[in-house]
Amino acid sequence: MKALMFGWEFPPHILGGLGTASYGMTRGMAMQPDMDITFVIPKPWGDEDRSFLKIIGACHVPIVWYDVQMDYVKRRIGKHMDPQKYYDYRNHIYADFRYRHVNDLGCIEFSGRYPDNLLEEINNYSIVAGVIARSESFDMIHAHDWLTYPAGIHAKVVSGKPLVIHVHATDYDRSRGNVNPDVYGIEKNGMDNADHIITVSNLTRRTVIEKYHQSPFKVTTVHNAVEPLSPDILAIQDKKGVKDKVITFLGRITMQKGPEYFVEAAAKVLAKAPDVRFVMAGSGDMMNQMIRLAAERNISDRFHFTGFMKGKQVYEVLKASDVYVMPSVSEPFGISPLEAMQCGVPSIISKQSGCAEILNYAVKVDYWDIEAMADAMYAIITYPAMHKFLKEEGKKEVDNIKWEYAGRKVRRIYDQIINR
Amino acid sequence: MKTICFYFQLHQPFRLKRYRFFDIGNDHYYYDDFRNEEIIRQIAERCYVPANRTLMEMIKAGGKFKAAFSISGTVLEQMEIYTPEVIDGLRELSKTGCIEFLSETYAHSLSSLGDTEEFKEQVKLHRNKIYNLFGIYPKVFRNTELIYSDEISEIIYELGYKGMLTEGAKHILGWKSPNYVYTSIVQPQLKLLLKNDRFSEDVSIRFHNYSWSEYPLTADKFIFWIASTPAEEQIINLFMNYDVLGSFHPAESGIFEFFKALPRFAEEKGIGFSLPSEVFALLKPVGSISVPYPMSWVDEEKDCSSWLGNVLQQEAFGKINQISERVRLIEDRRIRQDWNYLQSSDHFYYMNTKHPGEKKFSPYDTPYEAFNNYMNVLSDFMFRVNAQFPSSIENEELNALLTTIKNQGQEIENLQKEIERLKKRKAKNLPVPK
Repeated sequence: MKALMFGWEFPPHILGGLGTASYGMTRGMAMQPDMDITFVIPKPWGDEDRSFLKIIGACHVPIVWYDVQMDYVKRRIGKHMDPQKYYDYRNHIYADFRYRHVNDLGCIEFSGRYPDNLLEEINNYSIVAGVIARSESFDMIHAHDWLTYPAGIHAKVVSGKPLVIHVHATDYDRSRGNVNPDVYGIEKNGMDNADHIITVSNLTRRTVIEKYHQSPFKVTTVHNAVEPLSPDILAIQDKKGVKDKVITFLGRITMQKGPEYFVEAAAKVLAKAPDVRFVMAGSGDMMNQMIRLAAERNISDRFHFTGFMKGKQVYEVLKASDVYVMPSVSEPFGISPLEAMQCGVPSIISKQSGCAEILNYAVKVDYWDIEAMADAMYAIITYPAMHKFLKEEGKKEVDNIKWEYAGRKVRRIYDQIINR
Repeated sequence: MKTICFYFQLHQPFRLKRYRFFDIGNDHYYYDDFRNEEIIRQIAERCYVPANRTLMEMIKAGGKFKAAFSISGTVLEQMEIYTPEVIDGLRELSKTGCIEFLSETYAHSLSSLGDTEEFKEQVKLHRNKIYNLFGIYPKVFRNTELIYSDEISEIIYELGYKGMLTEGAKHILGWKSPNYVYTSIVQPQLKLLLKNDRFSEDVSIRFHNYSWSEYPLTADKFIFWIASTPAEEQIINLFMNYDVLGSFHPAESGIFEFFKALPRFAEEKGIGFSLPSEVFALLKPVGSISVPYPMSWVDEEKDCSSWLGNVLQQEAFGKINQISERVRLIEDRRIRQDWNYLQSSDHFYYMNTKHPGEKKFSPYDTPYEAFNNYMNVLSDFMFRVNAQFPSSIENEELNALLTTIKNQGQEIENLQKEIERLKKRKAKNLPVPK
């Protein structure tokens, strides 16, 4: 089984949860011996783990025919791709793209991020996908998230192979209901053209069926999983200098994540238990508003903002925490509570997040129910037995949520489509 | 005869370094030494040193120039460490008898708006600092940024001051002129000098503004304006930052020459210079002013909204007032020192959101960053305070316990002396046979 996957991010250079999920999913699928994955991303950095799949950078695939020497190609893109491949792709250029802006190799430059001209970059990506689909051979096309749906559709049209789209999030989650019509259009078009749709949770599945009007038979949930933590992360010490209990919010401070409910619950807990500290780690457009809110509630001496955290810093914060809280208003899946539980931190999650569907040993509350949230926080920090129970059982539980199983589920979907 | 009363403010805070959540409980040093040193050296070079020299020349030239200074304890400390030549210059000036030092809070703090006891402590601390450095106890009071209210006037009188400097805000004065001596409405014994906004700001703000219709401002013209005020108005109060000389207005703007020329033109018009204490001794108050809500000399509003205007500032200020009583019970010198440095009004000024996008003197990019950093530092500070005495004990109880311990200590000391005395007597008595 050969799968051609389109993605936007791949570790270690990630900007959100999409990269982590793409990595885990492909790794889990690669455990099947007959699985052969080719993964396309806009711009590889060269330090990606290529041990279990092939990575193609869209920025290294020519769309305009230039007469270039082997030596030169080798020097330019040799560390990312076999130079011979460049010539293979060059033979499959399917239209005259000289009017587009390309570099000296006839390739389009990609930022690989989420720039202001994102829609243009998505379009460029799908142009490149046409070249790739004409030169590669594969049995299945798999597109991760809306940015790559047009590329997936293009590949399907060219090759006639079935298309699976993987919905990691919808615009309904990001905007609390006020969708961007351009984004919605791309999402809807992708779903309409797909042979099957994979969603990361039943919550997202429902959105896809209700808001994007898809047939329920066409939509299957495959929950995300977590990679086991590496030993050097497990070895990180708790560096906090105070004995107080620490309750943490970690993520972008935006409307989707429900940060204001965390602040309100914090104020309630502090009224009863004075020796607790709250940490809001991350940045986002609601950060200043949250700082003000904490000040209004007179809890600023116990409510700390760390700013943006990356890489190891994330785990430093987790290791210093006694409780992890994710009060998301709408979360397609939410990998971070699973990571917290791996570090042995009991988690409180909103019922409106996808991971709530598979976690039994996490406290679940409605995101708006600040009383219940405060209650849960207070219980975990006050009753050692509860903390211990959630810590141990939670860790056991997440250690059994493996990408390998998720990968098998995806494979079954592939098989069904092909044998249909 | 008209007289001009000059007063200059000198202040620099101890700016905080970037202090993170993980530093709480681990790192108890809060200051950005690099930045503080750089700023004090720069300002000394551009302003304090040349300004001291200019004033010295003016006094020596026999122009009868006089000026009052209010110098915060925190800037004095920084000068002692980095630029002792400025203190030497001030000492030289002080010897001429033509300058007067004013009293204020040690750290240029807002405590007059918060905790009265704390305020009194800080004033005392500053008095002692001035005495230690210059050998004089100040007689006239000037509060942080000229903050004043009826309530503050009473405290100042209680502390034994006969006079105070403050702002001549329009919303307080109404039709009255600032060019007289006034008294506080609640404390008629306390005399007040009010800043003449127009003349002060002509020099401090507009002096090198090219678009000002009166640019360039010459000493000749400026003294002429002052001389043209009604004859009964005898005192013109020009209050400003010392930074006006050389820092707010660079030397190239001619600010130093402007000052040097003032005494000559003043003499021509028969205008003198006086120190605040001389004015209070000489002139009688013409009326009283009532200030129910605190005013200051900052911005158009002349109120305290620059420091305590938004929720962030109120929160931070509320927190330090909550613990001030507890901190006063602690004798640990480092805690006391940090406590003083954290009081500086500047920390609160950096959190103000009145001028969005404008970084007025602030070392931070945004007021929110300023707030986060200050609160993290304050959290660590509170952590240390609680480590000294558990927070579960009430202040009254703690105070009683501390008094008991102190008394017991004294008693033990007395008893030991007694024992010593008796032993000696016994030693003397022994050889004497019965």
